[in-house]
Amino acid sequence: MKLTPLFKLIVLSFALFISSNEIVFSQEHNTSNSEEELQQSTEEGFDITSMIMHHISDAHDFHILDWKGHPVSFPLPIILWTDNGLISFMSSEFHHNDDGTHVVERKGMNFVKFHEKIYIANSEGKITLDAEHHPTNTRPLDFSITKNVFVLFLSVAILLLLFSAAGRSYKKHGNGEPKGIAKFLEPLVIFIRDEIAVPNIGEKHYRKYIPLLLTIFFFVWLNNIFGLIPFFPFAANVSGNIAFTFTLAIIVFIVVTLSGNKNYWKHIFWMPDVPVGMKIFLAPIEVIGMFVKPVSLMIRLFANITAGHIIVLSLIGLIFVLKSIWVAPISVAFTLFISVIEILVTAIQAYIFTMLTSLYIGAAIEEEH
Amino acid sequence: MELITPAIGLIFWTTVTFLILLFLLKKMAWKPILGAVSDREESIKNALTSAENARKEMQNLQVDNERILKEARIEREEMMKDARTIKETMLTEAKDEAKAEASKIIEAAQATIQSEKQKAITELKTQVAELSVGIAEKVVRKELANDKEQSVLIEQLLKEVTIS
Repeated sequence: MKLTPLFKLIVLSFALFISSNEIVFSQEHNTSNSEEELQQSTEEGFDITSMIMHHISDAHDFHILDWKGHPVSFPLPIILWTDNGLISFMSSEFHHNDDGTHVVERKGMNFVKFHEKIYIANSEGKITLDAEHHPTNTRPLDFSITKNVFVLFLSVAILLLLFSAAGRSYKKHGNGEPKGIAKFLEPLVIFIRDEIAVPNIGEKHYRKYIPLLLTIFFFVWLNNIFGLIPFFPFAANVSGNIAFTFTLAIIVFIVVTLSGNKNYWKHIFWMPDVPVGMKIFLAPIEVIGMFVKPVSLMIRLFANITAGHIIVLSLIGLIFVLKSIWVAPISVAFTLFISVIEILVTAIQAYIFTMLTSLYIGAAIEEEH
Repeated sequence: MELITPAIGLIFWTTVTFLILLFLLKKMAWKPILGAVSDREESIKNALTSAENARKEMQNLQVDNERILKEARIEREEMMKDARTIKETMLTEAKDEAKAEASKIIEAAQATIQSEKQKAITELKTQVAELSVGIAEKVVRKELANDKEQSVLIEQLLKEVTIS
């Protein structure tokens, strides 16, 4: 009897997961073809799409709240690489302007911010829009400490603090039982080692890759968790940002490709134990597979985390779409429910990312059998 | 589209922070933690093995002890048995010897008695012969003097003979 609610929960979360993926894609469609619609709907009232997009996208300043109609935000440094060299100033220089009408002048260059992107202003000090309402202005290379970068640094600081404390506690207490924070972290570290690294990579080689796997796991997990905390200084969508997952996937791809032994490359270009025709047929598929693996890592983490954020934002947004305070209890109840599932998802996605990474490494260094 | 277009800035910062994080955590956390854990596992494994060895040794010792005890018991029994046999043989031998000795002594005694008897008989015979000769001599002498006295003497002599 006890199993039934659990089973229901699993089925439900699975269904939500699938539907959430659909939401991601439908959102993408919406945003791609309808800047115009966005503008129209803002005039009509509350625009849930732009609210959600704003929340899951990166930003140049850390918006904390609106106070008496004025946004209160934490300014972050803007760092730009232009033809005139490195330029930096605080995001507060734009005075919360995001439609490209406020110009910031540095080193003889005029910058405007439009939809959280920095452009070089045209001769009139404005943004030039094409027929599809996309700016045609040139963009400097933007290395700003954005909201996501800020949270990224924060997560790194916290990871370093936690784990260096744990590392020091071992030096102090020798190899007796773990003390303090190490007591909590050690089982997780051992879990990664014994359940992920050793079974997939093998007893012989895992030592070389375990630092990477542990770092990926805790880095992804902590950033997933930070994404769920809805107030400053968290509330960013770092692990749900494609650039973040892209970078991790590239690192995994490089590690896997550099680790690949003779056997690995043979399985890609000249599959053993199959007829010659089959070898030729399989080679391109295997080559594509080489790239599909990290791409799947990238999309999986991005889509899962972003989908979770979109569900939560949609449920809260319902209150404003339906313009009724009576929707709030339902929205909050559902948000709570989804948030609990999302807490699970934070760990599951970090686990899956690490698991697949070790699986790919394991496949790359597998000896001929 | 914006959602799935990676931004160069975030890629750059993610790469930098991740690599720094990887380097620092490797130095400050993963090495000491994994080192301590594997050291501990090693020491636990060693402790278990040595405990197992000690247990086995104990068992061996016990088996040895039992074996030694059993052997000692068997030896003791054998020794007892041997002692008993030796005792019995010694007793029988002693008895036999004693019997043989006794019979020898008896034989010797009998032989002595026989020889003494023989000697006595021979002596008696000699004496009887001497007596007879003496008597005869006396008789002969008396005969020569008086008849009457002769016969009296004979009678007297005879009486003497009978007495002795």
